[in-house]
Amino acid sequence: MLSFLGRRVLIAIPTILLISVFVFALQKFLPGDPVLALAGEDRNPEMLAFLREKYRLNDPLYVQYFHWIGNALRGDLGISLRTQQPVLELIGQKLPVTVQLAVMALIFAVVIGIPAGVISAYKKGTWIDWLANIVSLSGLSVPNFWLGIMLILLVSVKLGWLPASGYQPLSEDPLQSLRTMLMPAFVLGSGLAATLMRHTRSAMLGVLQSDYVRTARAKGLNERTVVLKHALRNALVPIVTVVTLLFGELLAGAVLTEQIFTIPGFGKLVVDAVFNRDYAVVQGIVLCTAIAFIAMNILADALYRILNPRMRDQ
Amino acid sequence: MTAVTNIPTDAPLPRRRSRVWLRLRGNPSALFGGVLVGFFLLIAILAPILPLPAPAATDWNAIRKAPSMAHWLGTDELGRDVLSRMVWGAQASLLAGVVSVAIAMGIGIPLGVMAGYARGWTDAVISRVTEALLAAPFLILAIALAAFLGPSLTNAMIAIGLSAMPIFIRLARGQTLQVMTEDYMESARAVGLGHSVIIWRYIMPNIFPPLLVQATLAIATAIITEASLSFLGLGQQPPAPSWGSMLNTAKGFLEQAPWMALWPGVAIFLVVLGFNLLGDGLRDALDPKGT
Repeated sequence: MLSFLGRRVLIAIPTILLISVFVFALQKFLPGDPVLALAGEDRNPEMLAFLREKYRLNDPLYVQYFHWIGNALRGDLGISLRTQQPVLELIGQKLPVTVQLAVMALIFAVVIGIPAGVISAYKKGTWIDWLANIVSLSGLSVPNFWLGIMLILLVSVKLGWLPASGYQPLSEDPLQSLRTMLMPAFVLGSGLAATLMRHTRSAMLGVLQSDYVRTARAKGLNERTVVLKHALRNALVPIVTVVTLLFGELLAGAVLTEQIFTIPGFGKLVVDAVFNRDYAVVQGIVLCTAIAFIAMNILADALYRILNPRMRDQ
Repeated sequence: MTAVTNIPTDAPLPRRRSRVWLRLRGNPSALFGGVLVGFFLLIAILAPILPLPAPAATDWNAIRKAPSMAHWLGTDELGRDVLSRMVWGAQASLLAGVVSVAIAMGIGIPLGVMAGYARGWTDAVISRVTEALLAAPFLILAIALAAFLGPSLTNAMIAIGLSAMPIFIRLARGQTLQVMTEDYMESARAVGLGHSVIIWRYIMPNIFPPLLVQATLAIATAIITEASLSFLGLGQQPPAPSWGSMLNTAKGFLEQAPWMALWPGVAIFLVVLGFNLLGDGLRDALDPKGT
């Protein structure tokens, strides 16, 4: 397993370097002078020249890239224009909020998506299967920011059951924290539940037709044991990897969900950075999410090998 | 010469097409999806001739009015007719969906075919760049690109197209690799056909069906992404209507005018559902294992 992980990490290095080139190029080759954004109101020529020198913008592009990537490797992704804080520190501050949202959303997705997928596959061709498919496809088609708005309207404005916005850290008031996160987590989790349901259904359909399930039935085991112990256990192998790969969707979904529910997390940081033309933060976020996404891919591969003994010998 | 006549031509394709069409027609979900897409396409095309007020026309005597006979879907915070803005917004959403997927396909398919056909270094370079682009979550990449390009519908379409491109590169490459192993490809090469003839006559027609399915599903994703970008203020700019920007405005008037938020969301949901159902139906119809 260690050599497998080592190989995967080595393969990931050129990909990460390419991403870094792409992220660097984002600012360099697209319209707009970053010095003007840095200077703000003070646009006298001396100030602009000073900033160009300070940020090495007069150096050749490759020198600028190596300087930038060298700093990034030391954990220095630059300074936020707006807050004057180091970008990595900003990301570190916001990430726990989004992690809480993502974990709660994932719990919703797993609790709804996997049982729905199992039932849909087991009842294939019946109205239950048809209904589950329609619901899952609807879940994939609903823009989650609209679902959030509608839930705020119904649950917060009309019924007054849950707060419409805000955030309470889990460490300060766990109950209130869960209450404020319940609706955003459901909004974020509903789309993922639909994805998970479709994958579970597909995996279960394959497994339910396999020889060992037929053998288990022939042995006279009851259906519950056959479905839950024999079929689901094997179908879970690809599902677990899918859950790991949902990470990207979770992060992207968090951008809009946090915006609607005014949650001060990673997603809101992205939007605020975009609107304040805080390029260093946008670059840092794209680089960090891409690296995290690659790490999750490696984790998914590793989990697949752990859960599927046949893969270990390959 | 004999070898040339042995190479399968495109002759069986019409039969295949009719089989696919028959399967698609026999699938009620796909038909429903097609009807939804057709309906929205129709209203987007007919928007200029429909008897509706101009989408940007304000009426200070009808601010945030609930749905009525005068304004079927109500009015917004500037007294503009919500139905009119919805109809014109359909143009922006469908245009964004189609154009951004066309950008993704226009760049992605040639690159993918090139990678799968040429193999070697070309394949290695294109594949590594694709992997790198796929590593950034789709929406975050689209937001970053839209932010750097500047907020506008055109830039949002470019950003969405570039973000969706890697999927088409990967799919076209995989399909090309598969087609390259077919016997007819060996025959085509053996008789000395040129690269462009092989690509246009033998590769493109055979890799097209899965790309068409992906394109249909990608339009659904692109429409949601455009709405998301417009919702964030990075897409269509006011006063031009788009469903995403209408929702962005509606967010501030939830208690006073909930209809402002209801209809644009329903429209996005229905059109995306339509493309998803159509895409699913196409996938089933094109599946050789299907009965």
